Parts: sequence; structure tokens; C-alpha cells
Amino acid sequence: MSRLAVWRRPSPLPGFGLAMGVTLAYLALVVLIPLSALVIRASGLGAAKIAAIALDARVLAALRVTFGVAFAAAAIDVLFGLLIAWVLTRYRFPGRRFFDALVDLPFALPTAVAGISLATLYAPNGVFGAALARIGVRVAFTPWGILVALIFVGLPFVVRTVQPIIEELERELEEASATLGASRLQTLRRVALPQIAPALLTGMALAFARGVGEYGSVIFIAGNIAYVSEIAPLLIIVKLEEYDYDGATAIAAIMLAVSFAMLFVINATQSWSRRRLGLV
Amino acid sequence: MSDAALPRRAAGRVADETPLAKTLAIAVSLVFLGVFFLAPLVVVIAEALAKGLAGFVDAILEPDALAAIALTFTIAAIVVPLNAAFGLAAAWAIAKFDFAGKNLLTTLIDLPFSVSPVVSGLVFVLLFGAQGWFGDWLAAHHIKIVFAMPGIALATLFVTFPFVARELIPLMQSQGTAEEEAALTLGASGWKTFLTVTLPNVKWALLTGVLLCNARAMGEFGAVSVVSGHIRGVTNTIPLQVEILYNEYSIAAAFSLASLLALLALVTLGVKYAVEARAGARAG
Repeated sequence: MSRLAVWRRPSPLPGFGLAMGVTLAYLALVVLIPLSALVIRASGLGAAKIAAIALDARVLAALRVTFGVAFAAAAIDVLFGLLIAWVLTRYRFPGRRFFDALVDLPFALPTAVAGISLATLYAPNGVFGAALARIGVRVAFTPWGILVALIFVGLPFVVRTVQPIIEELERELEEASATLGASRLQTLRRVALPQIAPALLTGMALAFARGVGEYGSVIFIAGNIAYVSEIAPLLIIVKLEEYDYDGATAIAAIMLAVSFAMLFVINATQSWSRRRLGLV
Repeated sequence: MSDAALPRRAAGRVADETPLAKTLAIAVSLVFLGVFFLAPLVVVIAEALAKGLAGFVDAILEPDALAAIALTFTIAAIVVPLNAAFGLAAAWAIAKFDFAGKNLLTTLIDLPFSVSPVVSGLVFVLLFGAQGWFGDWLAAHHIKIVFAMPGIALATLFVTFPFVARELIPLMQSQGTAEEEAALTLGASGWKTFLTVTLPNVKWALLTGVLLCNARAMGEFGAVSVVSGHIRGVTNTIPLQVEILYNEYSIAAAFSLASLLALLALVTLGVKYAVEARAGARAG
């Protein structure tokens, strides 16, 4: 009993042992052991072999497209996500509730459904594709198509992370800023934005991490041309179909490592920014 | 500060955007949501009904489509209860107790959200595939996991793992332990306290979590695509069947099946929104 108390504060509630036991056992069985299979297999390959696979021109091109487009999409999601979150939280207009609920669509709509739908919209004979073709822009079957799909899947992460922060902004601070002579734009930039910034970064990290791994909504619109619009998750499947387990494992390990590293870096920036503002 | 500035501005709120800026911001937001969110939804419905209602019904009643629907429901029936039970256990441990390593545990529970669906499927191939750790043993005992139903269930279990726990943990943390302590003091057993005090307090969040988990379980594509083997009428779930139909240019049939999942997504979002609005109204 006393040994248990070292890592758990005493509580009158029962069931800690059972709940914790179930949680840890299930977590290990469903998530940790399977993931460790990947880690162990990758470390069995060795760093040199993984590097050799990653530096293969086709793999390198796929990694570059995947991370580059995911970053661009996350940046666009930050811009529009901030605007949409502000509009949905601060303004009142007809249809607001409907659009607010609509933001969650990518969380619930299966990626394959979004994929075929976006591909149909942006195909040369689709509604948007035909209009864009007239001004000489091709989206479907190019990296732009990947961008469109990743903007779609990433947006709710930014909006839903930022929205609660905007709701809790103290209007008194903005009013104080205004009475001290700041213009509205100055107030937004120097009073509101610094308070929202950490959440904005978190939202961007989440959108980026999701975009890097995204598969279903991308492959229909991307055209999957090797060296041009082939994403890393698709290349894993291509390698698997060729029974190249080592190749698939290496790409998967790189993707896992880079997205965890990115999340770590941005989490660190976020806590730094919070400390700077004295919010902790 | 000049005194004249105050009365002039006091007509509206001191700190607010101009009406023109507001209108512009709303217009840009709605156009963006219209192009990226509303348009894809409209396309699904329009294309599903491109060959009329009869074409839609035919596409759904086609034998391979029916087999895909049956498999999808079977997978969801296995995965959702397991993850719901896990979510309740995890939320009870994390929200009602203080222990070292709580943040680490919460991070680990969220882990599947940071893993690409394709990688989520791959790990099970590495474990149970022909070249995997248990591949030889499974082959010797004629047990098929990968490219069969168990593999699809495992990959779906992995991908939908955090949904219920995630909905429950913040709510149960905010509710504290006072009500449970009162019930225990009055002589209720631990299970009775859980069933009659805790569960009713979280039932709506549990429903949201279960629906989100279910929508993802039925709609999962990347992870399932890796472990399924794509055998028509046998190991194709609805999303995989949609992919095959689409790639065969059976566009209307693909969208007919896809519209079932889109409908499920809309119902899920509707319930989620209603539950959140209700919680918001109660919180004042």
C-alpha cells in the first residue's frame, strides 16, 4: 500500500487498479506492441540501410512532396482557420450554427469519400476543374491537388484549437487598448493575436501531422505520378505490393520520426510562448 | 486621451471591427467553407443520384456492395464496444485519480492520431504477414489475420483507439469526484456508484465518442487498405469497394455507396453538435 502511494495520491474512490490494469494492458496490446514491431524492424535495418532507402530518388521526391505540401496546407489552414474561428465566435449571422457544425466534416467524412468527391470537383471536366482550366490552372493529378486535399483535412484542427481561446479572450483588454488610442488593427495584432498564437501553433502542428500521414483523400486527386505527385504513404503501399518490406518499413520509420520530432519542436515553442506571456 | 473620442465611439462597442470589415470577413469565411467543405458534400449526393433513385438502389443492392456493407457493420460491431469499454476504463483512471506519469499516459493514448493510417496498417503486416514476426507460426496453424477479417478489425481498432477516451477524459476531469464520494459515503458499492452516478453524468459525451469512433471505424480507408487484400465480396469494406468502383469508372455506383458513409457522417456531426449545444446551454 505504501509503495503504491508513492506514485498515486490516496483517493476514496475504488477501481483504480482495475481501470489502470485494463487501460495499460489494452494500450500495450493494441498500440504499443504493434508500433514497437515497426521500431524494432527499422532498427534491425540499421541507419545506413534506412538512409540508403531514403536517398533513393523516388523516395526522396515522395518525402519532399509529402512534407512540403503538408506544411503549405497547414500554413494556409492557419490563415483561414484563424479567420473562420474569429468569424464563427465573434460575429452573429444567419447560418452560423450550420457552418460551425460543417467545420467538423473532415473528422467524420471518410477520407475515401472526400477523395473521390474532390477528384470529381477538380477533374478537367468537373465543376471547379473546368473553370480553373479556362484560366490555365490544373489542380487534379498535380501537387496542387494534394494541397487542396490537405487543406480540407487540416482546417478543423486549427479552427477547433483556436475557437475556445477566442471565446475566452477578455474584451476588457481590447477595450483598454482602444481607449488608449490603438487602432482596431493594432489591437488585434498586439493584444488579441499574442494570446491566440500558442493555440494557432498547436493547430498548425496538428494539421501538419495529419497532412503528412494522409492517404485516402489525397490519392484520388493526386494522380500519383512518381517523382511528381506521389506521396510517401502511397509509396509504402507500393513497396508492400512489391514485397519490399524493408523499403516500406524504412519509409514508415522516417515518417514516424519526422512527425514526432515536428510535434515535439512545436510543442516546445508553444510552452515557450506561454511562458513568455506569463500564462502559466 | 481626449474626452471627445469617447462619446463618439460609445455608440457601438469600443472594441469591435467596422461593419464593412465584418461583412468582408464573413464573406471570405463562407466562400472558403463553401468551396472546400460544402461543395464536396453536394457532389457526393448529386453524383449518387446521377442515375436516378433506381440506379442508387441498384448500386446498394449489388451483391459485392451488400457484402461490403455487411463486413463494415461487423467490423464496427467488434471495434466500437471494445474501444468504448477501454475509453471508460482509461477515463476513470485518468480523470478520477492523481498519479505519476498521467501526462505520458494521455500522450500514449493519443498516439494513434499522430500515426499515418498507412503506417497503422503496416505494423500489423509486419506482425502477422507472411514475412512478419508471427507469419510462420500462423501459416503452420492455418490462421489468417492479414488479408482477412481479423487484420481489418485490428487495424481499425488501432486507428479508432483514442476517440471515446478523448471525449470522456476532459469532461470527467471537470466533474471531479465529489458526487462519487457522496455515493460511496451513503453506502453504494463501487460498481453501483459508477453505473448510477458516473455513467449518467457522462452519457452524452460517451454517445459522441461512440459515434465518432463508429464513423471512423466504418470509414477507415488507409489502414484497412493495407491489411485487407482487396478480395471482392470477402475482405472489402465500404470505402475499399468505393475505391474499386471509382477506379473502374463506375462513378455513380461508387458515389452511391459513398453517400451512405456521407449520410453517417452528417448524422454523427448533427448529434455531436446537438450534444455540445446542450452542454453549452447547461454550462450557461
